[in-house]
Amino acid sequence: MTRSGTGIAQKGGPEQESVFKTSTAVRYALDLVFTILVFVATMIGLVVLAVLLIDIARDGVPRLSWEFLTGFPSISPERSGVYPALLGSLWLLVITAIVSVPLGVGAALYLQEYAPDTWLTRLIEVNVSNLAGVPSIIYGLLGLGIFVNLLGPITGGQSIVSGALTLALLILPVVIIATREALRAIPDSVREGGFALGATRWEVIRGHLLPMALPGALTGTILALSRAIGETAPLIVVGAATYITFVPEGPLSAYSALPIAIYDFVSRPQEAFQIAAAAGIVVLMVVLLLTNSVAIWLRNKYQRRG
Amino acid sequence: MTVEARRDPRSEAGKWHRESRARHFRERAIKIVLAACACVSVLTTFGIVFVLIFETIAFFREVSVVEFLTSTTWSAAFANPQFGIIVLISGTLLTSIIAIAVALPVGLLAAIFLSEYASTRLRRWLKPALEVLAGVPTIVYGYFALTFVTPFLQSTIFPSLTIFNALSAGLVMGVMIIPTIASVSEDAIYAVPRGLREGAYALGATKREVATKIVVPAALSGIVAATILGISRAIGETMIVAVAAGNLAQLTANPQEAVQTMTAFIVQVASGDTPTGSLTFNTIFAVGTTLFIMTLILNIVSYLFVRRFREIYE
Repeated sequence: MTRSGTGIAQKGGPEQESVFKTSTAVRYALDLVFTILVFVATMIGLVVLAVLLIDIARDGVPRLSWEFLTGFPSISPERSGVYPALLGSLWLLVITAIVSVPLGVGAALYLQEYAPDTWLTRLIEVNVSNLAGVPSIIYGLLGLGIFVNLLGPITGGQSIVSGALTLALLILPVVIIATREALRAIPDSVREGGFALGATRWEVIRGHLLPMALPGALTGTILALSRAIGETAPLIVVGAATYITFVPEGPLSAYSALPIAIYDFVSRPQEAFQIAAAAGIVVLMVVLLLTNSVAIWLRNKYQRRG
Repeated sequence: MTVEARRDPRSEAGKWHRESRARHFRERAIKIVLAACACVSVLTTFGIVFVLIFETIAFFREVSVVEFLTSTTWSAAFANPQFGIIVLISGTLLTSIIAIAVALPVGLLAAIFLSEYASTRLRRWLKPALEVLAGVPTIVYGYFALTFVTPFLQSTIFPSLTIFNALSAGLVMGVMIIPTIASVSEDAIYAVPRGLREGAYALGATKREVATKIVVPAALSGIVAATILGISRAIGETMIVAVAAGNLAQLTANPQEAVQTMTAFIVQVASGDTPTGSLTFNTIFAVGTTLFIMTLILNIVSYLFVRRFREIYE
């Protein structure tokens, strides 16, 4: 590095303007300022995150109780609970997973292992990445138009199935992308070894590729599912109810969900409902923390092996 | 052949030739099933376009396109309704501009720190920690904007701030978008060849000069892509604005006042008891179509910019 050399080079022509600033002291001072600036910028996000978590914990944790977890919505904020919403979210989670995982893995297998390099394949690929950027509320409108209205006689209209199918389509691009990346990471020698022994494509996939891609695909899928648990907007549009005083009986039942219950609490003017909202958020965040921990645990296990 | 053997241990002999026609048939069937899975994603796009067009046409049978695009009043839920989408677009743009004003500088500087300054170990911790910001459910951000940020701003900088306002919603939305901008920008910065940096160092540039005058200009198309993607996220973001921005459809540029965004309007109508098939109900699809077109254009432009920086350096 010839940092000190620039000062000397400039002495020849005093009138000559140069892009190089000759004073190294000022430049190094600016460097220090800039270093602090980029560090502070990186920390801003983390500080806000910390403030957010502390604020919610302070508001919500004292309100948590067994009665809150097992109680039903009520006009009295002190007696309101999230039991039907919690069960609704679990129902949604299970059905969303049952629908989106086979579809997503199947699509990823086709695109990565079977699809010929044609315009149709490329169209599907562009389409998948574009779907990942569509706002979630648009998926709500899709679910409302197709699952609630058009297929209403089958899905039961504003039912758990309609909500779960909407969420499944919402996270499908993420599942496809995660699974494809896991498949792409497997060396071709695995496939060629299988083919050389006379295995068909499907036998190679079932016996080798799927087991090897599983941890990576599972990590991405669980992260996508945890996004689905936290989604509010599409569920409001497909008609998740805020005031449910019964436990969902089956997939065709009306339902509520944790984020919907929180939205209901937060949009009421009374202070006590705001606190109930904070308590609901704590429950939601604990559920998300659990699912994300599973994903991180899987990833670490996978990375150690690789 | 482990799979075959495990499945049927008795067929040890002649396993390769036996029932080859059946195997062929099974292979074809599986391929078709998997291709059908891939087609679901295409069907999803068709479904979105079909639903939006179908319901939007129903809307425009009753409301003229000219009124929709030029009226400056939005009062869809009232008697004698007026449908000026400009009002909702202005609310959307106001919150999105505030969000980008936060997320672009912070996200870009964070990307510079992560790629140019942080050690590998620090980076491995910071990146996932920043990405947690993108994983927090948006309803949680909405609560935070309404019950923490607004009272905080009222008691410190803006005493005249109303309870519901575009400012808090936009600021919190900006924090949510930081990881998007930081991670796409960082990819672009990472793709800048080492030789460019070393050349600048050899000419006597300092680390800051390399970062701001060499690396950032070289990664500019990626940074533009990140910004456009961030704007697209902000425009489509729903729950923060639905909770904290106030649902008051008015044409204003004052961030201290309440506004209504396109997304918040959809939530307001959908969570009320508007009967299906009524004009107000069809309105949410017309608004959804506008939103979809806007985000689609932004996503395509962003994609083109990303492709450009890939072409230059990869």
